[in-house]
Amino acid sequence: MINVTARYFAAFRERAGRDREAITTDARTAAELYAELARKHGFADSLARCKVAINDELAPWDVALSAGDEVLFFPPVAGG
Amino acid sequence: MTFKITSQPIDPVELKRSLETASAGACVAFEGWVRDHNDGAAVIALEYEAHVGVAEQDGAKIVGEAVARFEVAAARCEHRVGKLAIGDCAVWVGVTSAHRGAAFDACRYIIDETKQRVPIWKKEHYRDGHSGWVNCATRTDAPAEHPAS
Repeated sequence: MINVTARYFAAFRERAGRDREAITTDARTAAELYAELARKHGFADSLARCKVAINDELAPWDVALSAGDEVLFFPPVAGG
Repeated sequence: MTFKITSQPIDPVELKRSLETASAGACVAFEGWVRDHNDGAAVIALEYEAHVGVAEQDGAKIVGEAVARFEVAAARCEHRVGKLAIGDCAVWVGVTSAHRGAAFDACRYIIDETKQRVPIWKKEHYRDGHSGWVNCATRTDAPAEHPAS
């Protein structure tokens, strides 16, 4: 188990009712953590349409998590 | 800064002036405005949110790609965040080049890639009182503890 901080934006933030939370997890990758949090909060967007950043840098979904990471979950974008 | 997220009104005249250079024979600018409808629903206002650090980094990369790919003299993009009213300018892209072809192509590339890649989110507020995040399947009108059926 490791401790990380999850941060939520836009639709995810409103759905979760918070912009961040401390998580103790067995998830090894960002994708596994997303699956866990999607179940918990009811996030309905597929991984393929979302993005993740670790400590403010975009990362691939299969990136390994380390203790203390800040994991930022970005729902599907809609600029312009 | 070639790609900027701003909470202040966009000033197209000032932005265009910043791209002026003696080697440019063409300037193409795109302005994205807040319109009063989307998918058949009457829209009264929009709200944009961004992760400023990642958005500006990713956006600068897109502008850099356009400069590398097309024969561009200068290029930049600005995107608003916060609450916007109908008619407000939400995004501005400007490109200068020696000839018009490259400026059109690069401008199109920057706005298309920005819409697809950059962490900016848009919430529409509708006349009927509802609101929703564009492109998102995640519903925000019901609490997580009681998922909507």
